[in-house]
Amino acid sequence: MTQQENQRLGIVVSGSLNKGVEVKLDSSASIEDIAVGRFITIEGQKRRFFGMITDVSLGLIDQKLALTPPDVSDPFIAEVLAGTSTFGTLHVSPTLTIGGDVATLLEGPQPVKTVPSHFSVVNLASQRDVELVFGKEDKERFWIGNPLDMETKICLDLAELVKRSNGVFGKSGTGKTFLTRLLLIGMLQKATAVNLVFDMHSEYGWEGRNEQGRKVKALKQLFPSKVAVFTLDEESSRRRKVSTDFVVRIGYDDIEPEDIGLLRQTLNLTEASVQAVYQLAREFGDKRWIEATLGLEDGDETKQLLTRLSIHDSTYRNLRRGLETIRRLPFLLPHTPDNPVKRILEYLDRGTNVVLEFGRYTDITAYILVANLLSRRIHAQYREAMEKAIGEDATPPRPLVITIEEAHRFLNPEVASQTIFGTIAREMRKYNVTLLVIDQRPSGIDSEVMSQMGTKITCLLDNDRDIDSVLAGISGKSELKSVLSKLESKQQALIFGHAVPVPVVVRTREYGSAESYKDFVPKDEAEAGKQAEKDIEELWG
Amino acid sequence: MAEMQRVGEVIEASTTGFVAQCYELYQMPPLGSLVKTRDQSAELYGIVYNAATTSLEPGRRPIARGKDEATEEEIYRSSPQLLKLLKSEFGALVVGHRQGDRLYHHLPPQPARIHSFVYLCSPEEVNEFGQSFDFLNLLINSRLPVPTEELVAASLRQMSQAYEDRRGFLVAAGKELAILLSGNLNQLKAILGRIRQ
Repeated sequence: MTQQENQRLGIVVSGSLNKGVEVKLDSSASIEDIAVGRFITIEGQKRRFFGMITDVSLGLIDQKLALTPPDVSDPFIAEVLAGTSTFGTLHVSPTLTIGGDVATLLEGPQPVKTVPSHFSVVNLASQRDVELVFGKEDKERFWIGNPLDMETKICLDLAELVKRSNGVFGKSGTGKTFLTRLLLIGMLQKATAVNLVFDMHSEYGWEGRNEQGRKVKALKQLFPSKVAVFTLDEESSRRRKVSTDFVVRIGYDDIEPEDIGLLRQTLNLTEASVQAVYQLAREFGDKRWIEATLGLEDGDETKQLLTRLSIHDSTYRNLRRGLETIRRLPFLLPHTPDNPVKRILEYLDRGTNVVLEFGRYTDITAYILVANLLSRRIHAQYREAMEKAIGEDATPPRPLVITIEEAHRFLNPEVASQTIFGTIAREMRKYNVTLLVIDQRPSGIDSEVMSQMGTKITCLLDNDRDIDSVLAGISGKSELKSVLSKLESKQQALIFGHAVPVPVVVRTREYGSAESYKDFVPKDEAEAGKQAEKDIEELWG
Repeated sequence: MAEMQRVGEVIEASTTGFVAQCYELYQMPPLGSLVKTRDQSAELYGIVYNAATTSLEPGRRPIARGKDEATEEEIYRSSPQLLKLLKSEFGALVVGHRQGDRLYHHLPPQPARIHSFVYLCSPEEVNEFGQSFDFLNLLINSRLPVPTEELVAASLRQMSQAYEDRRGFLVAAGKELAILLSGNLNQLKAILGRIRQ
């Protein structure tokens, strides 16, 4: 092991509970080896504190030294001054106490309520300390990555994770997709929830590509028995040689007025047009209104109808143009033979995870329409099932996690109150449905929705507004801000919230090599799967 | 313990220092070296801060004698009485003492006694004494006829010879000085300039 256990860094010299403590670095520790985001322990007199380095700064014993710098080209003088006249200071925020008192011994790490006393010794956290805080990989914990400069595994408590909605954020190209894939694998591996993934770029179902363009396996290849791939674009799936389980077709009769309301921005509809939709739906009925409206021909009859419904002609034109756009979506049919919602629910009920590929229809209109439409129906069914379960004391439906990309389109302040995703994010925890939100512009998401998210995983962000919105409401925000903006652009993420005891920066675990795949699929399960296949073969000859 | 080198005898003593006269003319210990003398109960350690060779009688100044001599040695050879009319003395600043087995880096309870013998410390003793830099504080805060930085630098240079890792010793001492002299960077720079390797 190269990592030195309990490497001493320095001593506590000042600080407060609110702002964190200042640590004067020993002259033996080089400030250039210290990185923000690393874990430390502080040996207080009665307790051990666990925390994270959030800032590193340089100190001078006398300001004159800055004005007349000594001749540091002489290594002797440089060595003498390092750590004495010139020294490094670390800003550390202690977050937990580990060991020491009875409560900690019985219940594990506790949140800090005080600060360590003056001149307490500060060490780099050892593997054991980190393990003590984050737990070991087990039935409920999933190894997501390693802390910086350490080999210890950082584990997410997935049972805790799926209880609330969560978010994965980061600039484009920082590894959101890989992180999300890891999270989904974790949920599959630990079977804590079933997933419904609205896969805009078709990269979660069968296979994706990494930055170098190399193919990486996705969920279905790793867990063939647990994942079903649904597609909106059969042709694209066939070309990519993806074996799909179901082709989703949506009928006009499935589209309700609320669905159009959500598309107001993308379809460029006016507020009056959206209101007109409701009137038309009342006139023609919820099932038929699109067909009927699209079937209206220019003429006196239509004019009379519009006058009767007091819809202005320009409003009608605006709406009509919008509906034509929808009609051009090839997966929309006037009538559908099968009900996709029913199919999805069947799969989810069996515990099979569903990935819905959009193929070529990466247009945001299609994505919003389909995701919203399906989620609304599924939400209604879950709600019903849950209420039934409460009433009859039966087992509640499996926890469901719905993954959506480009989340700010669904959850921006203007539409968050109307879309089903806003509702799920705010209250559906009670009905066992939560969201996994993936987005690159978190500032576009309604602050109310952001505040309800249990765990946030964020890769590098460099826009101030985005950073502020992700960190809103968390204690030690300014410290984490400096950590967040200093993340590397690849394979590093800051995780904070319910699923981890303290905010943590991780180097995400490797994904894409044969070795990594082996780790994802539990051995006994892989064998059990093979055994089951063999049994079936024998049974049916 | 190795045979100790006797360098003189105390002729003047106070709590903070003592003056010793050498047995042989010009046989003074080097500036900054560690010397010791015995009291009844304690051994006193001092650092040589000053040395002088003067006439035995204060009123009689030496006069130039070498006009007709070819070399300087010739002067002493032709006037052998000179060696008896001149004396070499050195002053030492008390920087610590030993009582029993324990070494203290602070002033002893009693000053040295007149006519106590003064010895040059062996490298082993210097090594032991240099384990703590508390004596630097005494050196820096004393008022002496020699510039403080010269004395500190000289004593550290001398002491470092007793260490295998001379540089390590000097760096550690430099760090101690950097803290002691945090308010006086010019002095610190002057000392560091004089002890750098």
